[in-house]
Amino acid sequence: MIDKDKYKDVNPVEEEVKTLESPKNNWYVDEKTLANADLPEEEREWFSDARPQVVPPIRWTPMEKFLNWARAKSLWILAFGTGCGAIELRPLLTARYDISRFGMAPRPTPRQASVFMIGGYVSLKTLKRIVRSYEQMQGPKFVVAVCSCAINGGMYWDSYNTIKRIDNYIPVDVYVTGCMPRPEAVLSGFQKLQQLIMDGKAEGQNLYAEKFDWYKANQKKVIKDWNMPDYNW
Amino acid sequence: MKTIYEDLNKRFTMSGYKQQRDDLAFVTVDKDQLVNAITYLKDYHKFTHLAFVTAVDWLEENEFQITYLLHNYELKVDLGLKVRLDRDNPTMDTIHHLWKQARVYQRELHEMFGIDFPGSPGVNDPMILESWEGPPPMRRDFDTKKYSEETYDHRERQHIEPEDHLRKQLYPED
Repeated sequence: MIDKDKYKDVNPVEEEVKTLESPKNNWYVDEKTLANADLPEEEREWFSDARPQVVPPIRWTPMEKFLNWARAKSLWILAFGTGCGAIELRPLLTARYDISRFGMAPRPTPRQASVFMIGGYVSLKTLKRIVRSYEQMQGPKFVVAVCSCAINGGMYWDSYNTIKRIDNYIPVDVYVTGCMPRPEAVLSGFQKLQQLIMDGKAEGQNLYAEKFDWYKANQKKVIKDWNMPDYNW
Repeated sequence: MKTIYEDLNKRFTMSGYKQQRDDLAFVTVDKDQLVNAITYLKDYHKFTHLAFVTAVDWLEENEFQITYLLHNYELKVDLGLKVRLDRDNPTMDTIHHLWKQARVYQRELHEMFGIDFPGSPGVNDPMILESWEGPPPMRRDFDTKKYSEETYDHRERQHIEPEDHLRKQLYPED
């Protein structure tokens, strides 16, 4: 973001000199903006360079409580099956388990969803898409990691391209253990998430904004061909 | 099957005929004659279906073995053709002009074993392993455990005895 007021008093001549001297020709880049350094130079201006920001709770507590209640009662799940655990999402939609009585529904795009269910193992190739989808989701957003593979690698603990713990790359609110968990277990995980939201403890999104550099460094450590903007939204 | 093998044996140098079932046999072919043999089988013996192309790493003999499995819909038999390659310089002729789907198998073999198929379209593009740096992972001298420990973060195990856990749950006041 360009901070206009900061540069109000700068002499235009000096500004020109600065522009010429800086190698990237973008004089407004400071610590608060993202460089998008891994993109080709002509593409850098296509994407936003703003960081994610921490959203503090509203000071008037009854309003915040009401909002949390509303958030907990309408969780829309992003239908992105990353692993075998995504199979367990289908029975939840049927009449037997009927997830819609909790106000949950599957959504096709990240823009409409508020819950990201990591279903099982995460390979390197999937992690790139997961990061991109997670960052594109609009807040408030929550992550539920299902299956033991997402927690500690599970049976892929010595695999050459499986991420062993997902919480180093995106923040996770609720874990559901099991290989694989029954639909009842997944359902109880979602209920736990609802309880956390109502208590105001599901702060994964703010954690991501606070420790953004740490998460980004971890992601870039394993994803070697980083050819997307640093923060997609 | 035996008649097909005898017919093949007249034209190409073959060895190691092994009949595993009534409808499945394997035979080892010379590296130079393999494409000719497959073309002959496809055109004259109606082995029109390429079931798969796979590779085996014989580390001790310093060789790769590629297996092509062909299927005949009329006789309902399978014939596997094996080729031995030098492990230090693994290069094989492509067969994507016979079956288009062969290029996917060849791409995978190039990625997982490092076997080169010159002329196969898109063989150098990454398919599964994006941004892979290191040796091909399916070779037997590649240590996956060591690579995984070096590259990815590990979660420390929390050791909880079931006995203690239950005691804590049942008798919290103790």
